Amino acid sequence: MISENNNNRSLGKTIISLSTLFFLLLFAIQVLSEGGITPKIFENWRPFVYLYLGWCVLLSYSIVLINRDKGLRILFILPAFLFTIAMVIFPLCFGVYIALHDWNLSSFDGKKFNGIDNVIALFQDPFYWNAITNMIIYVAAILIEYAIAFGLALLLNVQILARKFFRVAFLMPLMLSPVAVSWMIGKSMLENRFGPIARLSRELGWENPAFFSSAAIARTTIMIMDAWMFIPLMMIMLLAGLQALPKDVSEASKVDGATPFQQFLHIIFPLMLPVSITALLIRVIFKLKLADIVINVTSGGPGVATDTVTSLIFREYRDRSNVGYGTMMAVMYLILIIFFMTNLLKAFHKLQEKYT
Amino acid sequence: MTSIKAYKIIIYGTLILWAFFCLFPIYWTLTTSFKTAVSVTQGHLIPWWDYQPKWIGLKSLGLDPVSLSRESTVRDEFLKRFWNSFITSSSASLAAVILGSLAAYGLSRYEYRFKSFGNKDISFFFLSQMILPPVVLALPFLILYRELDFLDSTIGLVLLYILMVLPIVIWVMRDQFASIPMELDEAGFMDGLGPWGVFLRIILPNSFPGMIAALILSLILCWNEYFFAALLTSTDAKTIPVMVASQTGSQGINWWSMAALSTMSIAPLVLMGILLENYIIKGLTSGSLK
Repeated sequence: MISENNNNRSLGKTIISLSTLFFLLLFAIQVLSEGGITPKIFENWRPFVYLYLGWCVLLSYSIVLINRDKGLRILFILPAFLFTIAMVIFPLCFGVYIALHDWNLSSFDGKKFNGIDNVIALFQDPFYWNAITNMIIYVAAILIEYAIAFGLALLLNVQILARKFFRVAFLMPLMLSPVAVSWMIGKSMLENRFGPIARLSRELGWENPAFFSSAAIARTTIMIMDAWMFIPLMMIMLLAGLQALPKDVSEASKVDGATPFQQFLHIIFPLMLPVSITALLIRVIFKLKLADIVINVTSGGPGVATDTVTSLIFREYRDRSNVGYGTMMAVMYLILIIFFMTNLLKAFHKLQEKYT
Repeated sequence: MTSIKAYKIIIYGTLILWAFFCLFPIYWTLTTSFKTAVSVTQGHLIPWWDYQPKWIGLKSLGLDPVSLSRESTVRDEFLKRFWNSFITSSSASLAAVILGSLAAYGLSRYEYRFKSFGNKDISFFFLSQMILPPVVLALPFLILYRELDFLDSTIGLVLLYILMVLPIVIWVMRDQFASIPMELDEAGFMDGLGPWGVFLRIILPNSFPGMIAALILSLILCWNEYFFAALLTSTDAKTIPVMVASQTGSQGINWWSMAALSTMSIAPLVLMGILLENYIIKGLTSGSLK
C-alpha cells in the first residue's frame, strides 16, 4: 500500500517534469526558429494552444496522483488558475516586452528594441496626459452619480405602488449596449437639428444647441450619457443595502425627534458606508474602462477634449498601427490604476474606521 | 394631511420623471424605426397621432412582414452577426460560470496553501483582475492572436470574454456558496461521497439561483462588449455591436435603418431585463452586503 503510494508519487512527478520539459523544448525551438536559427517545426503558434491544454490535463492528473485527496481539492481552483495564467499573466509579460519595442504593424521593418524610448515619448506626449486628465474628471463625476443613485435608492425604499415597474424601468439603461446607446442618444436624440433633446433645448431658449462642439459641453454630455447607463448599478447596490438595514434603526430615531435629514446624515449614511464603498469601487472600475461611447460618438473630439485613455490607444492602433507605443501607454495606465486603486482602498478603509 | 399629500406627489413625481428618463430613449429608438424622413424632421413623437408608422426600419434589415418571406442579403448579414453574438456570449458565459463556480467553491470550502500563498491571496489574485482595463491586454492579444491564427475567430473572442467575466462570476458565486451551510457538505461526506461527489450532487443543485444570476450578468456584459470585438474581428466573427458601430460611423445612413438595427441589438437584453429582473438584481447585489 505504502509502496504503491510512493510509486504514484514518483510517477506523477515524472509526468510533470517530462511534459514540462517537452513543452518548454518545443517552445524554445519555435522561438529560435523565428530568428532563423533552427528549422521550423510548426507553421504558426496555434499548436501551442493544444500543447498547453495537453500539459494542463497531464498536470492535473499528476497532481491527483501525487496528493490523492488533497489533489482532488486542488482541481477545483486549478482550471481557473491555469486559464488566468495563460490569458492574463503571460499576455501581460508579453505586453511589457512589446512596450519596449519600436513596433509598427504597418511598416515592413518589424519590431526593433528601443529600450525606454517609448517611456520618454510617453512623458512628452500631451495627448496622453490630456487623456489622463480627462479620466480624472470622469472619475470625479462619480460622486454626483453616487448622490443621484443614493437619492433614487431612498425613493425606491419607501412604500410605493408599482415598485416592480419602477425597478425594471430604472434598471433598463444598464442593460443596453454602449454602442447602441451611442446611436440612440449620442447620434440621434442629441442631433443638433432633429433630435428631441435639441428640440427641447430650443424650446427652453438655447438657440443653437450643439452638444459636441465645445470642449466643456462635449465632456459633460459624455459624462451624462455614461452616468445614465451606470447610475442603475450603484442604485441597485445601495437599495439592497437600505433593505438590509435593521427596521428598528429608523424607528428609534423617529422617537428621538430627529428630522429626516438628520436621521439620514447621522444614522443611515454611516450604516450604509460599507455598501457605498463597494458600489463606488465597482463604479470606479467600470469608469476606468470608459471607451465605447467616446469612440462611437465623438472619437475623442472636439480635438481631444473627450478622449479617454482607452479611446486614445484605440485610435493609435487603428490610425497608425503603432503597437509598441500603444502598449506602453496601456502598461503605464495599468501602473497608474494600481497606484490609484491602492490609495483609494486605503482612503476608504480610513473613512470606514472613522465612522465605526 | 396636506404635507403627506405633497410628500407623496414629490416622491411619485420624481420616480415617474426618472422612469421617463430611463425609458424614453428606448421608446424613441423603437418608434424612430417606423418613421419616414418627414416625420423625423418635423419631430413627430406619437404614432397614429401625429404620424403614420411604416415598416421602413425593419424593411431595411429585411425583417418586415413582407420581406420575411423573400430572400434578403441584409437579413442574412444581420442574422449572421446576431448568431455570432449569441454563440460568443453564451459559450463564454457558460464556460466562465463553470470555471468560476469551481474556483469559488474550492475557495469557500477548503484551505489552500501554495508556498506563502493562502486562500486570501488566491481570492485576491482572481478578483484583482477586475481592475485590469481591457486596453492593457488588447494589443498584446492582437499580436498573439495573429501568431495563433485566432484573429477574426469566435473561439478567440470567447477566450477573452471568459477572462473578462471570470472575476465577476467568482465574486457572485463566492457569496452564493457562503450562504450554503457547511452541514450539507458534511452530510455528503458522511454518505461516502468524495469532494467532487459532494459538489456535483449536493452543492450544485443548491446553488442554482446564484449560477443563473452569474450567467445572466455575464451574458449582458458579453453581448454588449465592443472593444475587443472591434479590434480582433473583421468579417467572420464580427458581433452585433461592431455592426452597429460600423453603421453609426457611415455617413448618409437613414435614421430608420439605424433605429431598427439599434432596436434589434438591444431587444434581447430589454426582454431579459423585464423577465429576469430578479436574477440580475441578485447578481448585482451579491458580495456588496456582508
